[in-house]
Amino acid sequence: MNGPEHTPPAQSFGVCPAPVGSSGTILLGHGGGGRLSADLIARIFRPAFNDDSLDRADDAAVLALSPGDSRAAFTTDAHIVHPLEFPGGDIGRLAVCGTVNDLAVMGARPAWLSAAFIIEEGFAMDRLARLAASMASAAREAGVRIVAGDTKVAPRGAVDGLMICTAGVGFVPEGRSPHAAGARPGDAVVLSGPIGNHGIAVLAARGELAFRTGLRSDTRPLNSLIEQLFDAGIQIHAMRDPTRGGLASTLNEIAAASRAEIVIEEDAIPIDDEVAAACEMLGFDPLHIANEGKVVAFVPEDQADLAVAVMRRHPAGTDARRIGRVQGQQIARVLLRTSLGPTRIVELPAGELLPRIC
Amino acid sequence: MKYLAEYRDRHLVEQTLDEIRRHAHGDYVLMEICGGQTHSIVRSGLAELLPPRIQLVHGPGCPVCVTPLEVIDRALAIAALPGVIFTSFGDMLRVPGTAADLFAVRAGGADVRVVYSPLDAVRIAQANPDRQVVFFAIGFETTAPANAMSVLHARRLGLLNFSLLVSQACVPGAMRAILASPYNRVQAFLAAGHVCAVMGFHEYPPIADQFRVPIVVTGFEPLDLAAGILAAVRQLNLGVARVENAYVRAVTRDGNQQAQGVLHEVFELGDREWRGIGVIPASGLHLRDRYSDFDAARRFDVAPVTSRESPLCIAGEILQGRRNPVQCPSFGKECTPDHPLGATMVSAEGACAAYYRYRRADLTIRGNA
Repeated sequence: MNGPEHTPPAQSFGVCPAPVGSSGTILLGHGGGGRLSADLIARIFRPAFNDDSLDRADDAAVLALSPGDSRAAFTTDAHIVHPLEFPGGDIGRLAVCGTVNDLAVMGARPAWLSAAFIIEEGFAMDRLARLAASMASAAREAGVRIVAGDTKVAPRGAVDGLMICTAGVGFVPEGRSPHAAGARPGDAVVLSGPIGNHGIAVLAARGELAFRTGLRSDTRPLNSLIEQLFDAGIQIHAMRDPTRGGLASTLNEIAAASRAEIVIEEDAIPIDDEVAAACEMLGFDPLHIANEGKVVAFVPEDQADLAVAVMRRHPAGTDARRIGRVQGQQIARVLLRTSLGPTRIVELPAGELLPRIC
Repeated sequence: MKYLAEYRDRHLVEQTLDEIRRHAHGDYVLMEICGGQTHSIVRSGLAELLPPRIQLVHGPGCPVCVTPLEVIDRALAIAALPGVIFTSFGDMLRVPGTAADLFAVRAGGADVRVVYSPLDAVRIAQANPDRQVVFFAIGFETTAPANAMSVLHARRLGLLNFSLLVSQACVPGAMRAILASPYNRVQAFLAAGHVCAVMGFHEYPPIADQFRVPIVVTGFEPLDLAAGILAAVRQLNLGVARVENAYVRAVTRDGNQQAQGVLHEVFELGDREWRGIGVIPASGLHLRDRYSDFDAARRFDVAPVTSRESPLCIAGEILQGRRNPVQCPSFGKECTPDHPLGATMVSAEGACAAYYRYRRADLTIRGNA
C-alpha cells in the first residue's frame, strides 16, 4: 500500500506504454494491487480515515483489546473472482485463506472469522452449498472458526454470481512483531515456493486463452507453516503473502515501508515451467502474477538457512528458497539481478495486467 | 524452458560478448527495430554488458507508440457508440488519446473487451448478431496476417456486424525514412526477427545497397541479440553492407508465403502517419477497396475528431536525433511517464521515458539515443 514514498524507477522493465493517468472515475485497474491501487488508497482512504494503523500499511491491524492485554490482530478482505471455481480452489476457500494469511503474516494465530455473502438473484442453491462446504473445509484446515455472518441478495446483474467479504481476528503471542516496516539491512529474503500459479490457473480457467494448462491455484492457509517458523526461533522482521500484484508489489511495499533497498536474484526465484511459458506467451512478468498460498519473509542472515529448512519440511513450503537480501537503507526500491548479471528495477504493476500485442 | 533457456544461457552470452569486445574497435550506432528487442535488452541487462562505444538506438517498432493520436481518438469515439463492442489487444487500452483512454471509456459504460486474437473478435461478432463488433487492428507485419484472416473469416461467415479499425505499419518504409533523414546516426540495423519470420528479408537488400547499411535479421533472446550485434559490428569493421540472417531458426529469405498471401489479399501498401514522426511513404497497410465494407472508419460516422498533440512536445525532433530529451523545456515538468505529452514519454522504452528514469535515479543507462 505504498504510495508517494515509492522511489521513481531507474532502469525499468514493464509492459510497453504504461502511463498511469489521473482518472476522475474508478477503473478496473484500481483493484489490481499495483500503482493505481496504491494511488487510490493514498488519495481517498488514508486521508478520509486518518488512522495510524492504516498508515502502517500492514496486512492486519495489531491492537490491544484493553490496556495490558495481549495484542489482537484484525483484518478484512473482499473477494471477487471469475470463475468462482477454478483448479485448486474456489471463492470460498480463497475467502478463508486470504483472511487467515493476512493475520498469520502479522505473527497472529488466527482464531475467528466472519463472512458476509452478496449473492446474485438466480444463483444455484447447490452451488452455494458447495462453496460454503469449501469454506468450512478451509477453516478446519486453518483451525479457525467462522463465528458471524451476513447475507444479502442483489438483483440479477448487480453482482457477478457471488461476492464474499471476510473479516478475521487473531492473537499475537509475546515476542512476535513482523511488520511491513521491519526489514533491516542485511536481512535475507526467503520465499516459500514457486510464484504465479494462482493467477495463471484462474486466467486459464476462464477459457479465453488458446492454450490449456495443468496448473492449479496455490490457495491455502499459511498459518501452520508460519507457526513453525516462530517455533524454530526465527526472528521474522517482515513478512507478507504476495497476493494481487504479485511478488513485485509485496517487495515494493516492504521496501517503501522499511525504506529498504531489496535485491533479489532472478535465477533464485522458483517459477514452474507452465507459469513461465504462459507469461512468455502473454507478455506478463511472473513477478506481477497473483499467489494465494505463498509467503515471503525477511529474516536475519544467520537464520536464513534454518528458515528455508523449516519451510521445506512443511507441505506448503517444499520448494522454499532464499531469493535475495536487503542491501541497504538509502533508497527504497527493489532491484533484480538478472541471469546475465546486471540489475534492473522491479516496478509495481501499473493496474490491470494486459496481454501484449506481439 | 526448452528453446528459450538455451538462448538466455549466461555462459554462451558471455562468450559472444567477449567476441564483440574483441571486434569493437570504433564507435558504433546500431538500431534495433523492434520494441520487443528493446524490451529484452532492458529486461536482461544486456545493454549494460556491451562495450561503451556500442550504442543501441531504440527503433520505431513499438506499434503502440507509433499509432497516431487521431486513430486512438477515433477508436475512443467508436467504442463509446451505443451498440458497439470494441475489441482490442490488451496494451492499447492504456494509450491516452486527446481526452481519455479505453479504460476510461469502458469505466464510462462502453463495452470494451480485451481479446487475444482477432479471430476471438469474429467469434464475439457471431455470438452477438445485434451488436457491431469492431477490432482495433494495429501492429506491424506480424499482426497483419491474422488481422487479414479475421476479415476473410468474417466474410466467409457472412457477418455484417464485424469491422476493423486499421492502423497497420510496415517496417521497410520506416527504415528508409530513418536512413534518408539528414540527421540520421544509425550505422546498422538489427532487423525485427518476428517481422522477418512472416515477410522474409527479400525486401532488405535494396535498402542495404542504397544506404550502405548492414542489416542483420535478429531474434529476441539475449544470445540472439548479442549474435546480431556481433554480426553488425563485423560488417561495419569490414566496410560492407549486407543483409545477414542471424535468426535462422525462425526466418527464411522468403518468409511465410501463406501468411503474406492472406496479408496481400486483404491489405495494400500505402502512406501512413507515424505518431511523433509524421507521414512516411509506403509504410502502412490499408484495407483494399474490395474489403472496404469491413472498414470501421467508413462504417461509423464519428464526428470529426480534433486530436491535439501537445504544442510543448518535441518528440518528432527527438526521434530524428535533432534534440536531446533534456533539452525539452517540458521534460520532467509538464511531461512525465505518468502524464506523457508525447509518444516518446508514453512508451517505457521511449527515449524521453528512459532519460527521465536515468535522471531521477542516477543509474547509468547506456544505449539510449
